[in-house]
Amino acid sequence: MIQVLINGAVLGCVYALVALGLTMVFSIMRVVNFAHGQMYMLGAFVVYYLYGEYGLPFYVALPAAAAALALVGVAFNRFFFQPVLASATREENSMLMAVGTALLLENLALTVFGEKQRGVPPVVDGAFVFGDVAEGGAILTHPNAMVAALAALSILGLLAFVQYTRPGRALRAVAQDKEAARLQGVDVKATTTLGFAIGAGLAGLAGGLLVTVYGVNSGVGVNISTKAFIMVMIGGAGVTSGAIVGGVLLGFAEAIGYDLLPGSITYLLIFVAMIVFLVFKPNGLFGKPWG
Amino acid sequence: MNHRIRLHLTLLAAATPLALFGAPSRAQEVLRIGVNGVMSGEAASWGLVNKYCAETTADMVNAKGGADIGGKRYRIEIVALDDKNDPKISVTNAEKLTSQGIKYIIGPNIDTTALAVKPVVERAKALNFPYAFAKELYKAPAGNSVLGMVASYQVGPIMYEYLKTKKGVKSIAFLARNESDARNQQAEGVEAAKKLGLNVVAASDSYEPGTKDFMPVMTKVIKTKPDAIVLSGVAPADAPLLNKAARDLGFKGTISTETAQDSKILAQVAGAKANGFMSVGGASTPEIQSDYMKEFVSVYKKRVGEWNDEAGTKVYALELILAVLKKNPKALDDVEVFKKEMATFSMPNPFVKGGATRLEFAGQADFGRRSQVGVPLVINEFQDKEFKTLFVGTIRN
Repeated sequence: MIQVLINGAVLGCVYALVALGLTMVFSIMRVVNFAHGQMYMLGAFVVYYLYGEYGLPFYVALPAAAAALALVGVAFNRFFFQPVLASATREENSMLMAVGTALLLENLALTVFGEKQRGVPPVVDGAFVFGDVAEGGAILTHPNAMVAALAALSILGLLAFVQYTRPGRALRAVAQDKEAARLQGVDVKATTTLGFAIGAGLAGLAGGLLVTVYGVNSGVGVNISTKAFIMVMIGGAGVTSGAIVGGVLLGFAEAIGYDLLPGSITYLLIFVAMIVFLVFKPNGLFGKPWG
Repeated sequence: MNHRIRLHLTLLAAATPLALFGAPSRAQEVLRIGVNGVMSGEAASWGLVNKYCAETTADMVNAKGGADIGGKRYRIEIVALDDKNDPKISVTNAEKLTSQGIKYIIGPNIDTTALAVKPVVERAKALNFPYAFAKELYKAPAGNSVLGMVASYQVGPIMYEYLKTKKGVKSIAFLARNESDARNQQAEGVEAAKKLGLNVVAASDSYEPGTKDFMPVMTKVIKTKPDAIVLSGVAPADAPLLNKAARDLGFKGTISTETAQDSKILAQVAGAKANGFMSVGGASTPEIQSDYMKEFVSVYKKRVGEWNDEAGTKVYALELILAVLKKNPKALDDVEVFKKEMATFSMPNPFVKGGATRLEFAGQADFGRRSQVGVPLVINEFQDKEFKTLFVGTIRN
């Protein structure tokens, strides 16, 4: 059981980081960023090339991935989403735009990076061993421990930024009420751009971090986005704490489910549980009604 | 400009193209070959490798002036369509290809898409070469599909026999990707292992496509204490992660799969943790490559940028199609002629050195007729960043 709990904790940290960027963009712009998984994939490729191929230190490549994707986020927001949001009268338009950008990124990646799975040398090696797994013991590999620790640190860093800095407070104000924020002197356009940049940067950071243990391929985005949506729906769309709790819950559900149930039943039950849960709590654990 | 000068200029203009392209020239015919398979998403490598292999064969043939079929030179043109592993799109693709008069189609890649396009190719009197293992595609009354590679139920018994006799394996666990193809392969593998007297300690464990962290699912498998783990229908993207998870959890036994894999992916993602991993190869290991195969690899690299070991099992389809068409040009327009040729066709395998290996159609034992490309049954083992050939077997025919 210790191994199952370790697996759940590692997955929970990782999933929370993945979900956080998606919920950030939703809270600021009311846009469901379907390209979140593809942004994760691009971040992973940045680290693959900088660290894996060109030999730069990992701790240079990782922030570079976040920064590169933040720039992609700024560009997407400026050239795609802002014009659509400014002129569209229906929410579906921004959703279609998001689906379009996801397809664009995935097909571009397939052309540029090819079809193969890619991986990088481990940043750290070794494991904490607590007995034989087959006999009820447990193992926490150093790469998994590093990934979980860095994911948790990044989440704490983001929470501190949003809570205690001036731009962070502006982000919260825009998320709560755009018009009121504007009346209080907040530059809403710049703040939404910052929000999109942080959301995309987090996707890039997650991809860059996880490429060290999971590798990456051009088609990984759809599955990442799907899992991120599940977490956000559980926690409540647009709520930071909801994304974190949703991520941790999904991580433990997956780890415990795979241990106790046949593999094919685990995700079936997760989806059934989510449907039942949403029937009774349509806004998720911490969400408020949209609109 | 007087009339005479104008006449000269007109004649010169008319003669220029002839001079540039060599007159008199014989107009070259075009033979179009379809490729229908998954070329995007997580399983993109399955269909893209089919496409790249067909394009590479076409490049090589076209560079030599085209394929000589019935005294005419045919330039080979590949028409590739992505079905996204979606049966609906696969059917649309097959209809599109056959409506263009294409008679020979390579793909699709999985049971669901291959079964969906079966009626389309039958209705259009075309022939397709799926990389899916469902027997109803190849057994009578089905007649227009030819299995493009070795099936898991053909490799499994040979591989488990090897594990039992050479590696002393007594207990075995099966883990499959949760998709119909992989689950079928798992069920067939379990039956084959039981027939050999192996103790199957995990028969139905599976993981969701898209899983990246395999520690949870592998923890459960390791707890059953198997001597060997078989990864049924594992995608090349998943294989290194599964190997890594098993080794990280302290598993010391053998890990194998009945699908083709790529050594570079294993080396990059799993490194030394993939050492000893057994998989199916085609003609890609240096020990058995002919000069023709080396040339193929070099042209493939020129087109795609890098070699993919998965292609070792996928180099055969177009080569064999062209060889049969050369033998009997009537098959260009009539796939029934092609099907008759399949029963007896045989040629030296150009991809394997030595010249002793034959390339022919197989499948008599499994499908009751020769409806399978007779790819050599090569079992590879990953060791220190590359594959080594463990042994070469043959499909029962």
